[in-house]
Amino acid sequence: MQTFRLALRLAARDWRAGELRVLIVAIMLAVASVGTVAFFADRVKQGLARQANLLLGADLMVSGDHPLPDVYASEAKALGLATSPAIRFNSMIAQADVKDANAVLTDVKAVTQGYPLRGSVTLVDPASGEKRAARGIPGVGEAWIDTRLADRTGAHVGSKLAVGDATLTVSEIIAQEPEIAGLTFAPGPKLLINLHDVPATHLLTPGNRATWRLLVAADKSGELDRYRTFVAAHIEPGQRVESVRDLRPEVRQTLERAERFLGLSALVAVLLAAVAVALAASRYLRRHLDAAAMFRCFGARVSQTLALFVIQFVVFGIAASAVGLVAALIGQELLAALLAGAVVTTLPSPSYMPAVAALATGIALLFGFALPPLVALANVPPLRVLRRDLPRPRASALLAYACGVATIALLVGWQAREAQAAGIMLAGVAGLLVAAGVLAWLLLALLRRVPARGVSWRFGLANLRRRALASSLQIGALALGLTALLLLTVVRGDLLRDWRASLPPDAPNQFLVNVLPDQVVDARGWLAQRLGVDPQFKPMVRGRLVELNGAPLDVSHYEDTRARRLAQREFNLSWTDTLPIGNRVVDGHFWSSSARGADAGISLEEGIAKTLGVKVGDRLTFDAGGIRISAPVTSTRKVDWDSFRVNFFALFAPGALDRLPATYIAAFRAPQGDVRWLSGLVQRYPNILSIDVAEILAQVQSIVERVARAVEFVFLFTLAGGLLVLQAAIASTQDERKFDAAIVRTLGASRAQLRGAHAAEFLLLGALAGFLGAVGATAIGWALADRVFNIPFTGNALVFVYGIVGGALAVLCAGWLGTRETVREPPLRVLRELG
Amino acid sequence: MPSPIIRAQRLSKTVQSGDAPLTILDDVTFDVGDGETLAIVGASGSGKTTLLGLLAGLDDPTSGDVMLDNVALTTLDQDGRAALRQRLLVFVFQSFQLLPALTALENVMLPLELAGVPDATPRAREWLARVGLAKRTHHHPRQLSGGEQQRVAIARAFASDPKILMADEPTGNLDNATGVEIAQLMFRLNREHGTTLLLVTHDVTIASRCERRISLAAGRLVADERCEPPASCKLSASRCA
Repeated sequence: MQTFRLALRLAARDWRAGELRVLIVAIMLAVASVGTVAFFADRVKQGLARQANLLLGADLMVSGDHPLPDVYASEAKALGLATSPAIRFNSMIAQADVKDANAVLTDVKAVTQGYPLRGSVTLVDPASGEKRAARGIPGVGEAWIDTRLADRTGAHVGSKLAVGDATLTVSEIIAQEPEIAGLTFAPGPKLLINLHDVPATHLLTPGNRATWRLLVAADKSGELDRYRTFVAAHIEPGQRVESVRDLRPEVRQTLERAERFLGLSALVAVLLAAVAVALAASRYLRRHLDAAAMFRCFGARVSQTLALFVIQFVVFGIAASAVGLVAALIGQELLAALLAGAVVTTLPSPSYMPAVAALATGIALLFGFALPPLVALANVPPLRVLRRDLPRPRASALLAYACGVATIALLVGWQAREAQAAGIMLAGVAGLLVAAGVLAWLLLALLRRVPARGVSWRFGLANLRRRALASSLQIGALALGLTALLLLTVVRGDLLRDWRASLPPDAPNQFLVNVLPDQVVDARGWLAQRLGVDPQFKPMVRGRLVELNGAPLDVSHYEDTRARRLAQREFNLSWTDTLPIGNRVVDGHFWSSSARGADAGISLEEGIAKTLGVKVGDRLTFDAGGIRISAPVTSTRKVDWDSFRVNFFALFAPGALDRLPATYIAAFRAPQGDVRWLSGLVQRYPNILSIDVAEILAQVQSIVERVARAVEFVFLFTLAGGLLVLQAAIASTQDERKFDAAIVRTLGASRAQLRGAHAAEFLLLGALAGFLGAVGATAIGWALADRVFNIPFTGNALVFVYGIVGGALAVLCAGWLGTRETVREPPLRVLRELG
Repeated sequence: MPSPIIRAQRLSKTVQSGDAPLTILDDVTFDVGDGETLAIVGASGSGKTTLLGLLAGLDDPTSGDVMLDNVALTTLDQDGRAALRQRLLVFVFQSFQLLPALTALENVMLPLELAGVPDATPRAREWLARVGLAKRTHHHPRQLSGGEQQRVAIARAFASDPKILMADEPTGNLDNATGVEIAQLMFRLNREHGTTLLLVTHDVTIASRCERRISLAAGRLVADERCEPPASCKLSASRCA
């Protein structure tokens, strides 16, 4: 108890003396960085779990690409379960009685009484903004629209909407509706109608990707399990069961990946904080040797001496972690605001688990990196009180490395959850640090050859060179932070601009899908007359891959979820006599223009062939509405998707798909801005869907922007980590600097000259770090351009300007803050204290 | 002679210097009686400080042993020696060895707190008053003059009511007048409390105030002289020489 009280008093005194500032800030930073991401991820996950059945609108949902057989509903009824059928499809929606009304691609849901079985639809009174839960569903002839659709069509309560061939009256505005789409990126506007109105719309044509659903809810889970077993036994290809338990694995997986990525980004800051903690602890060791020796001389046991220091560190560690935690709570709010709408609309409050994780990070860092020096400190020979020339005790290198490596491995492993990802991450950061350090060392060696003019420059340069290893480490750490920031600010903007510029100026910006065969000739004429374009209409048949080389396709053997999803989904099949523009055969031979029928084979897109493990010569069987088509793969193609032309994964020769129901798709370039032609088209052909590429691009871009901003935010912690390493390194050399300054001043140097020398040192340090950061960002930018975007990379000199100037200024400020004390103190006192 | 509280028995200390062993202390034997005042004198490098370190159990002898209050130091581990020091002895150093982060009061309290003494604060306050620093209790070492810092160190030494006080060149960092003042204070307190005093010094004036003086040369004990009565030892070297 006495030791504890004494330790607290010593801690208070060290606090006053500012001895542990760097250490405290490092722990705060690590906790804040990890906590921010952990809290945010936890809220998203909690949101998913809690809202899962509300989002589904049921306990279980059977869905299919075609009308579901009656057995599903009748079995549910037999088991006493509540059911509600629904159909979901896309349609162009516009106001019916307004000329040139804006037509919007909308997600339409036709529901029956009882919908939703779980949760509720929230309606909003547009006048007062008041929200209430809906009772019932839209009546026959009624439409409920969500706020986005209201905004974009200009419709309000009482407006008439054209939904296919039917005209419905808007009776309510929806604020929120239970729907999984709420969890996906960029959900489209929504319309809720009565299932009885669907036939009148005439919208359920073969090309329209409608989903027929049966919502099921049970009072007892046993009945639900029995029903699940029944469905599993009867399920056919193209049908799915979704329940709270297996809700959208891809959504969950995407979020987990995002969490892992952000977590690892946050960990870079933790690694830098670890370096700062190690530096700060070794400085603490040096500065407290005399005190420790005194304790021992006064009769303190080794354990008591160790306890005195450990208690202090724990107290500071916990206090710093607590402050870091508060910062994390604020940080995650900012992160949530940055990602608002892109992931989930409303998030529950965070739980305590991330707080525990973040605190554990802080404590692990403290002990992993500060304990070895403290053990060394407690073992200081008491003889030091008489003989100050005794060699300093050093932390056992083995203990220090073992502790440090174990801590880092633990933290990285915990964040990455996979040994491989953790290894790559560690190797990456270590590699970057070492590379930056080596480069920094080389640059410093080069600087040696540059004749320095003036005392300040010479002294500053000498300082950098004398502490070459420490300087390289500081430059490396800072360069890492700057690389991350430059990459996300300047380079990202450049890449997106270059990519957009790389799109051909005549690239189509509109797609028309779901065009019926008998509408093609008329639609072509109409487009030529109204817009002066003559797009090619390409046939499209929806078919499911059911057999591979004569054996039924076993989806479960695909480990990759993307492959599994692709294999389960319906393919868009098409036919052509010539290889489409922008396609290149990479394996096999494309059929001649005179080839006809299934015997000519299938040409498969290279990527999907690889994903599904299909090679030239394999025989594929597709099922389209009960009709089977079987053909060998005769070629694989590389497709230039960036051209925005209409392309297909699987192509047949003409005649092969004649027995199957086809719709047509066309892509063309429409005048930008003026969309009045669209309402004309929708009025003429209510079944045709128009997809605006510019709009999709804008949506994708806005998501990219938001995600990038969130990552930038997390990378700010990295930069702070770099600055902290700098501060720690400055602090660890402070006594040395003070002593040098005192000697130089007794030799006649002015304060201004000393400040000049420090400024020179830090400007150089920052500029070197900035230069390396710019090199790193440019290199990664090049790799992204070359490998990911497939565009020629144009370097941006501004990256270097921002990097070098920004780095120099940031380090100058940080360095000035760290060294202003050293110049202030009277030389005699310094020499007496440190001499 | 009073019963010995310190017994140095055939103490030797050899260190490796380059290839050759270097003997710093060579077969030194002497006793110190309870309450005795003893000066250890000798030229620089004669082994004075090494001897003091061995007597306090801060360092291990190459051979020989030290008995402190009838306990052989070689039978104790580091922590055992620390506990013994806590019970018996305190130090005053040439460089004061005050902790810069602590105030004068906190510095005096430190050994009391380490020993778990309950009334550390009033005791430290009282001792600061006794060395004439009642108004400087909340000053940090850097705000005090050299003489004041050594007074704090002396208050710190006496506050834990030690049986033995070991002082290593206590006036070495002070000017003459202050040195005399500090020496007077130390001897006065020593007299009042009957503490055994071991003093390593160059200063013959201070050495002459001790009852006994042993001289070291090249690690060997070359003289062991008595100077009686100590009270009559004025501040001049001649009387005891």
